Amino acid sequence: MNNNSSKKNLHRRDFVKGIGGVAAATAVTGFPAIVRAQNTGPIKIGVSSIMSGRVAQLGSSSTNGAKLGVDAFNAAGGLNGRMIELIIRDSKGKPDEAARINRDFINRDDCDMILSLEASTGAFAVQEVVRELGTLCMHCLSETSSLTADPKLRTANAFRSGRQGAHDAISAGSYAAGIAKEKGLKKWMTVGPNYAYGHDTTEQFLKYLNHFSSDVELGSQLWPKIFQPDYTDVINKILQEKPDAVFTCLWGGDLSSFIEQGNLYGLFDQAQYFCIALADYTTMAAVKNLPTGLHSGNRYVSTFPGSAANAAWEAAYVNKFGSRPTNWSWEAALGMQYLIEGMKKTGTSDGNEIARVLPGMVVQSPFGVDGTITMRAEDQTVVEYGTGWGVTQSSEPFMPDVAATDWKLIYELEAAWKKEQGYI
Amino acid sequence: MDFSSLFGCISSASCLVTQSISGLTIGMLLFLVASGLSLIFGVLKITNFAHGSFYMLGAYFALTVYQVTNNYFLAVCAAALGVGLFGVLFERFLIRRIYGSNVLMQLLLSYAVILILDDVVMLVWGSEFQAMGMPEMFRVPPLRFAGAYIPAFYIFLILAAFAIAGGLWFLIEKTRFGKVVRAAAHNGDMASALGINTSLLYSVTLGLGGVLAGLAGGLAAPVRSLVPGMGMSILIESFIVTVIGGMGSIMGAFLSAIIIGLTRSFGGIVMPEFTEGLMFLVMVIVLIVKPTGLFSKGQD
Repeated sequence: MNNNSSKKNLHRRDFVKGIGGVAAATAVTGFPAIVRAQNTGPIKIGVSSIMSGRVAQLGSSSTNGAKLGVDAFNAAGGLNGRMIELIIRDSKGKPDEAARINRDFINRDDCDMILSLEASTGAFAVQEVVRELGTLCMHCLSETSSLTADPKLRTANAFRSGRQGAHDAISAGSYAAGIAKEKGLKKWMTVGPNYAYGHDTTEQFLKYLNHFSSDVELGSQLWPKIFQPDYTDVINKILQEKPDAVFTCLWGGDLSSFIEQGNLYGLFDQAQYFCIALADYTTMAAVKNLPTGLHSGNRYVSTFPGSAANAAWEAAYVNKFGSRPTNWSWEAALGMQYLIEGMKKTGTSDGNEIARVLPGMVVQSPFGVDGTITMRAEDQTVVEYGTGWGVTQSSEPFMPDVAATDWKLIYELEAAWKKEQGYI
Repeated sequence: MDFSSLFGCISSASCLVTQSISGLTIGMLLFLVASGLSLIFGVLKITNFAHGSFYMLGAYFALTVYQVTNNYFLAVCAAALGVGLFGVLFERFLIRRIYGSNVLMQLLLSYAVILILDDVVMLVWGSEFQAMGMPEMFRVPPLRFAGAYIPAFYIFLILAAFAIAGGLWFLIEKTRFGKVVRAAAHNGDMASALGINTSLLYSVTLGLGGVLAGLAGGLAAPVRSLVPGMGMSILIESFIVTVIGGMGSIMGAFLSAIIIGLTRSFGGIVMPEFTEGLMFLVMVIVLIVKPTGLFSKGQD
């Protein structure tokens, strides 16, 4: 009876009101969009990066790396016919802008997940957004170890697919100490860009250099400002001090300028140089007179890992984009691969489902030291990627041989570092 | 502050020569940019905030011509002419519309041009940094003088900048064109009333400013990374040079560029962390002592 009376009372005007209410509610919540997206619509992945300004190469080369994986996935039919759509926006390297854009990805654009191609300051801002909103996020480019190592910063729905500072420092320190012992390098200087990355990287390198080689004497530490066009004062200081070895974490155009200007003084014939960020083709090829014999950590070179898969990946990248991939390219490509593998394994684009299968996931990868890379479950970050050091030559392939760093050594010292920091 | 290192350097011939050459190199590149800036302000009464972008264009023009011809001198000339032509177009189609407007309008227009040129460079040459590399003729071991290393390219750069400065001085002080420029700088309306084609003069002046910035870009290209936005840092330093020398004074720009260059090279020994600050400190002291700049003919 009650049902009947209800039906009797449902007039046309009430029905229209009801429809209007539902329409208003759905407009606010975006519910139908979510339903559509989860069933038939494209799989939306929000990508924020630095697409303009002096570091625009970070955004362009990393988004290219991600696109390569997406194109292959879509060409193979997507996820049950659903294609990935990347929504790419420029954060201009500003953390507040990165946070705003990623909020919009989730709240306005109904993105299923986030591929964060931000440098560290932006990545930390994005981390807080995804922690609050619970959306799956893959950080690809931030190399600051604490992002995933510090349990207070870590969140279950955020992962990292890039190299990290702690690993690189151990690799650099062990390699440099070996060369120092072999060549009797006692007196060291350092040159780093005067901001957090430069100071942190130099400090970590010296920590492990001293760990492996106790008789190192440290001379001047020089801190040119980022994007400084002229390095003559730095070069003069090095010429005056006459060190046996110099460590530098200058990168990109700054490193290129330093090398070009140092060449004028014959600087690189007078000491051993350890450049942690040199071995990226976009830097080595840009330096027109690359000195032979500079030591560098691998950023991205197709000769390491020296597999056919790595060479093929580089060829595919060059063929599609007409430029060489960077370190940022492989990190983004790997991040995209993890998201795709997660979708394939769960059969869904639901971020919560994918976040549950990512910890511990092993993927076949051209960038793995043995052909595979693992998303370490304990801190949701990748390990077993190729990391090592080699020596430059002045022409292609610029760094033909890279000595891989033993991951057992990295694990051992990383655990000690985490204990020192109170992370474990 | 490491004054002992500074005294040690001054008492060492090799260090003194090295730092002096370093200061002159920095100063001469600054002079080429700042002289154009000063010239444009003197005649047009316009502060060309986009002048750093002119320098950037010069560097990229030189890079392209060098890649095509492998001739560095041709590359530098092409950079000068290319940016000079751009300066004329910039005056004809943009700056001409804001004569007499306040500085905010100049800033808005110039900043828009900076952003547009940065994007144009990114579209044409890409977002990656690029390097020209040292031309073959300068790939020689550095000269040794008084125990100091002096790169051959830096000697060329300093001599070229001195020659350009001399030519500019001759043009402004000893030619009829220079008289016209000085007349227009002193009183543009009166110069116009006396039959001088100030419209043409303004275009030529901005073109000449462009030529100087283009020369600076071309000369710097072998030892600088080329990247969109590279003009901003030299623009700020050039403004410091212009303010210290006196807005509108070419001689002032020349001497203050040397002061700033030497401040940077020797200041870097005393306070390597505060080299940038030292330049501003010099500017502040000059503004307190002589608010219109060291070589301005205006009233303080």
